[in-house]
Amino acid sequence: MSALIQARNLHRFYGDTHAVNDVSIELHQGEILALLGPNGAGKSSCMQMLCGVLAPGGGEIVINGADLLDKPNCAKQDIGYLPDKPPLYPELTVGEYLTYAARLRRVKKSQLKPLRDQAMQRCGLENHNQHLIGNLSKGYQQRVGIAQAIIHQPKVIILDEPTVGLDPIQMVEIRKLILQLGEQHGIILSTHILPEVQAVCNRVQMIHQGKSVINKKMSELKQTDQVTLRLQNAPDLESLKLLPKVESIKETSNGYYLLAGKELHTSLTEISQYCVEKNWGLLELCPRENNLEQVFLNITSGEDSLNTESDAA
Amino acid sequence: MIFQIALRELRSLFLSPLAWIILGVIQGIMAWKFLGFIDYFFELQPELIKIKNAPGVTDLIVAPLFDFSKVLLLIICPLITMRLLSEEKQSGSLKLLLSSPISMTEIILGKYLGALIFFVIVILVIDLMPLTLLSSTDLDMGKFASGMLGQFLTVAAFISLGLYMSSLSKQPVNAAAGTFGLLILFLIINIAGNATSEGDNFFNYLSITHHSIQMLRGIVNTADIAYFILFSLGFILLSIRQLDSQRLQS
Repeated sequence: MSALIQARNLHRFYGDTHAVNDVSIELHQGEILALLGPNGAGKSSCMQMLCGVLAPGGGEIVINGADLLDKPNCAKQDIGYLPDKPPLYPELTVGEYLTYAARLRRVKKSQLKPLRDQAMQRCGLENHNQHLIGNLSKGYQQRVGIAQAIIHQPKVIILDEPTVGLDPIQMVEIRKLILQLGEQHGIILSTHILPEVQAVCNRVQMIHQGKSVINKKMSELKQTDQVTLRLQNAPDLESLKLLPKVESIKETSNGYYLLAGKELHTSLTEISQYCVEKNWGLLELCPRENNLEQVFLNITSGEDSLNTESDAA
Repeated sequence: MIFQIALRELRSLFLSPLAWIILGVIQGIMAWKFLGFIDYFFELQPELIKIKNAPGVTDLIVAPLFDFSKVLLLIICPLITMRLLSEEKQSGSLKLLLSSPISMTEIILGKYLGALIFFVIVILVIDLMPLTLLSSTDLDMGKFASGMLGQFLTVAAFISLGLYMSSLSKQPVNAAAGTFGLLILFLIINIAGNATSEGDNFFNYLSITHHSIQMLRGIVNTADIAYFILFSLGFILLSIRQLDSQRLQS
């Protein structure tokens, strides 16, 4: 399956600052990609380049088969973009604004009403058709911003901090909406709320100082080469080292052991069988997961040690 | 698409009090000036009878009124054009346009057309007033039409310059100040050239006044029309370039 977004070797300079340095982004249908990074890392610049708001200083961007430079209109047709600050006109009503947004995306007149109603319903704006955008609360303005990004049913939806300013209930609703949209579209979102990323995203790309430092599936990112083992009748450490694929072992507290080994996660069944056979009284066998927050902190503080972090997780 | 953008621009204008205030204020000032010119005409009338081929109502009321309207249009033009791009840049709504499948040319032309339609309304409102003279006297409709064309072309030039200034700045006030300064410069630039005859021609050619005054006299010269079209087109192209260059490498 061809990628919805294929951005290769993107660069962007602001004066002497190399804000985006050789970043490549790929997105497939059904994927929800989180673009993470500290403030000023270059996430927003990347997103703006993908939407055609900024022109890349180098590299190429292909959206659903159309090159953004050669066929900008064709490529932009498949993009829905919510910038960090929703692009609203406060003097218009929600209905007028969404109609305008749809017309800009060349939605046919006959489809206008059903698409607008669908976008409003998805974002919980059914009762706000006649309300002036300027009079809406920040959360509702954010919803209008999301509605304009999805109104033309684009293949790619790019959301820059979509849940900023929302109350917890709205946040949950928007996450549900993102999950729902993610089934049929490809979504890129940036956020600073890491639990949100864990809840909705299936791939994570981290950008730090303009460079892409991590690009992994969520499951791979969480995966470590460590397993916690708890035994009732623990033997000595030497016997435990005979466990399949275990490379090192450490007793963390009474009855608890931390096993490490590169392919450990593939041999959990064998380990449990081995323990049962030896009658060690297996109480717990649990693969350790990386905490996204910890990964984030490690990367941004300069430690490139995803799998070496141990006790903190 | 150009029309969609123009309509949105016009709608936003009329949803804000600014458009209505401008229309009201202009109408008030022009009415006062109109009455002044009529008074002046009545004062001159006994003298005019003695002159052969004396100037008529169109020359003594309509033409000076149209000429005066140019000053008012110059004052309100920056107020309208300053918002066109600066405000969108400031509020971030420009990103909606930039991420939509429309070209820079369409964005600029849409904005230009929106402002132009508003000013056509302003001109119509201004020009309806002297048209009421038709109820009691004859007007030279040829001169009237030529004067209107002059107003229209002048305003078209004003807007293009205002749009360009708006594309340069994020702050609407800066755009307004720039537009105001440059428009005045283009109105009075021919004054500077009076010292030498060569300079005179050159600066006269640059001056908006020099070209619009001909039309008030009823002379529609293709050179004047070409000047206004080139002026407007030049600044529209500059605006498109400016908008595009802001996307590019800074």
